[in-house]
Amino acid sequence: MESMIRGLAYVVGDAIDTDQIIPAEHLVYSLKKPDERRMYGRYAMSGVPVEEQGLPQGHVPFTDPDKYLSKFTFVIGGVNFGCGSSREHAPFALTEAGAKVVVAQSYARIFYRNTVDGGFVIPFESNEKINHEIRTGDQLELDTGIGQLTNQTTGQEYLLKPLGDVADILNAGNVFEYARKNGLITTV
Amino acid sequence: MTITEKVIARHCGRQRVSPGESVWVDVDILMTHDVCGPPTIDIFKREFGEDAKVWDPEKLVILPDHYIFTQNHHANRNVRLLRAFAEEHNLPHYYDVGSPRYKGVCHMALAEEGFNRPGSLLIGTDSHTCTSGAFGMFSTGVGNTDAALIMGTGKIWLRVPETMRFVFEGTLPPYLMAKDLILAVIGDIGCDGATYRAMEFDGESVYALSMQERMTLTNMAIEAGGKNGIIAPDETTIEYVRARTDHEFECIYSDEGAHFHSEYRYDVSTLEPVVAKPHRPDNRASVIEVAGTRLDRAYVGSCTGGKLEDFQAAAEIIQGQEVVIDTYIVPATTEISESLQTETLDGRTLWDVFVNAGCKMGQASCAACLGGPPDTFGRMQGDEVVISTTNRNFPGRMGSKQASVYLASPLTVAASALSGVITDPREILV
Repeated sequence: MESMIRGLAYVVGDAIDTDQIIPAEHLVYSLKKPDERRMYGRYAMSGVPVEEQGLPQGHVPFTDPDKYLSKFTFVIGGVNFGCGSSREHAPFALTEAGAKVVVAQSYARIFYRNTVDGGFVIPFESNEKINHEIRTGDQLELDTGIGQLTNQTTGQEYLLKPLGDVADILNAGNVFEYARKNGLITTV
Repeated sequence: MTITEKVIARHCGRQRVSPGESVWVDVDILMTHDVCGPPTIDIFKREFGEDAKVWDPEKLVILPDHYIFTQNHHANRNVRLLRAFAEEHNLPHYYDVGSPRYKGVCHMALAEEGFNRPGSLLIGTDSHTCTSGAFGMFSTGVGNTDAALIMGTGKIWLRVPETMRFVFEGTLPPYLMAKDLILAVIGDIGCDGATYRAMEFDGESVYALSMQERMTLTNMAIEAGGKNGIIAPDETTIEYVRARTDHEFECIYSDEGAHFHSEYRYDVSTLEPVVAKPHRPDNRASVIEVAGTRLDRAYVGSCTGGKLEDFQAAAEIIQGQEVVIDTYIVPATTEISESLQTETLDGRTLWDVFVNAGCKMGQASCAACLGGPPDTFGRMQGDEVVISTTNRNFPGRMGSKQASVYLASPLTVAASALSGVITDPREILV
C-alpha cells in the first residue's frame, strides 16, 4: 500500500451499484489479455446516469470518450457504495482506469471484500458525507497510514476510519500473498 | 447460536463462533458461471500454476447461464473456456451449453441438481448465491479472487455475521407471493439494512411456503445488503432434498435463546401487493399507489421470478386473455422450461397459455435480468418502462440507463401485462 496518494477527486452519489461501476454488457472481456482488459478502464463508471457523473455539476465522464485511463485517482461516494452484484470486474475496472482509492461512507459487503482480497483500490470509509463537500476535480492527498485525507483545493481535512483487520491483506498485496505469509497456502 | 453461526462453526472445526470474528472455513460446494468462471480460472492458474489441480473436482459446480443465447463472440468464448477447463480437470459437475446437460440459471439449478443440502456451506461467484440459504445452509456470493483461492485450497475466510430475524405469521392471501414479502422487508430496512448480516426468515407463514417460494425470500437478501439469507429446514425441505440427492446432510436450527441483532415481525394477512419503483429495490410502494402507471413491457424470469410456480401464478391471471404490451417469459432452467410444456391449466399447457396470450417465449438463462450483450432476449434498448419479476432495478440493470424498472410479483406483473398499466392482481383474482 502506498503511504501517500495524491490526485484528483471524482464524486458520485449514494448506492452506486456494480452495474453503474461497470455495466454488465462489458463483462465479456478478458481480465487478462491487455487489449481487452483496458476496455474495463474505458467503461469504468459509465453506467452512472450522466447527470450524476462527477458531482456536483454532473456530465463529467470518469474516463474520457475513446480513452482507457481516467485522470481521477480518488472515487468519492456516499452510502452503500458497490451494492448489487458480486462481479470483481467492478473494483478491477476502477483500478484498470487508474484509480487508487475509493472513499465512501459505507460499502456493500462483496464489493468491499473484492477490493481487499483482489488488491485493487483501497476502500476507506469516511465519518461524514464527504461526497457533499468534495467536488469533482478537487486535488486530494491521502496519508494511508493514519487515514488523513486533505482536500488541497479547499484546505479541508478529514480523518477517515481505520482500515482495521483488512490492512494486513492490503499490505500483503492481496489475499493470496496474505495467505502465504500466514502459512495458509503452501504452494508457490 | 443462530443457524448461520452454527454452520460456520462446524465448517471451521469449532464448537462456537461469535459474530464479528473472522474464521477460515472449509467449503462444501464452489459454484461459478460463464461471467466469473473464466477470470476465476485465470487467477487460479496465476496463483497455483498452469498445471495446478482443483482442490476437489466433486465440489466444483460450473453452470453457464448468463450470456448464452447471444452472437457476442467474447461471450461465446467464455463458454468455450469453461468447457476446456472442465475437460482438462475432468469435472463431473459441468453443465455444458448445447448439451442435454445444460441447465440454465445457476441458483435454481443448484437446487434441482441436489447441491443445496441443509447444514452445508456453499460459495458462488454470484451475489444471488444467497438463494441456497432457503435450504437451511450457509451460502454467499464472492468475487473471482476468493473463488480462485477456494478452487486451489477449498478454503475461504469469513467474518461471522450477526443475524437479523424476520418472522412472518398469519395466512398468506392468494393475491400475495413471497416476492411481496421480501420487497416489503427491503422497503422497511433499505438496500443496506442488512449489510454484513445474516437474514433469517422464520414463522408459520414461511414454513407454509414451497421451496420455490422460500428461495424468492433468500434470493433477495443481497438486495438488503445481507451476507446470507437462511431458513431453518423442515419436512418440506427434507422432502425436496431427498428427491434430488442421496448425499448425507444435517439439519441445523437456531438455539432457544440465540442472540439476534434485531427482530422484525409481519402479519402477512394484512400486507398488500407491492412494487419496488425505479431505481432501487428498496423504493417500495403499494401497487395501489402506483396503479395506472403506463408500461411498455412486462417480464417474467430470473433466479427470483422464473420458477415454475412463478409461471403458474402468472398463467392463472393471463389464461384465456391477451397481453397488450410486449411480455417476455423466460424460464430459469431447462427443467422449468420442460415443465411449462407438461404442466396444464384447465387442459392447456402453461406454454400454450402464454403463447396464446401473445407472450414472447425465451430460452432458459439469465437473459435480460442483467441486460447483457445487445442481442439478449428481452433486453431494454431505450427508455422503456417495464414491470418485472426480477430482483434489481438500479439504473441500467436491464440493459439501458434510460429504462425504468418496477419490480413486482408474478401475479402483479401478469395483471399489468393484460392492461398495459400497473394493475393490482386483486382486480383479476376474484
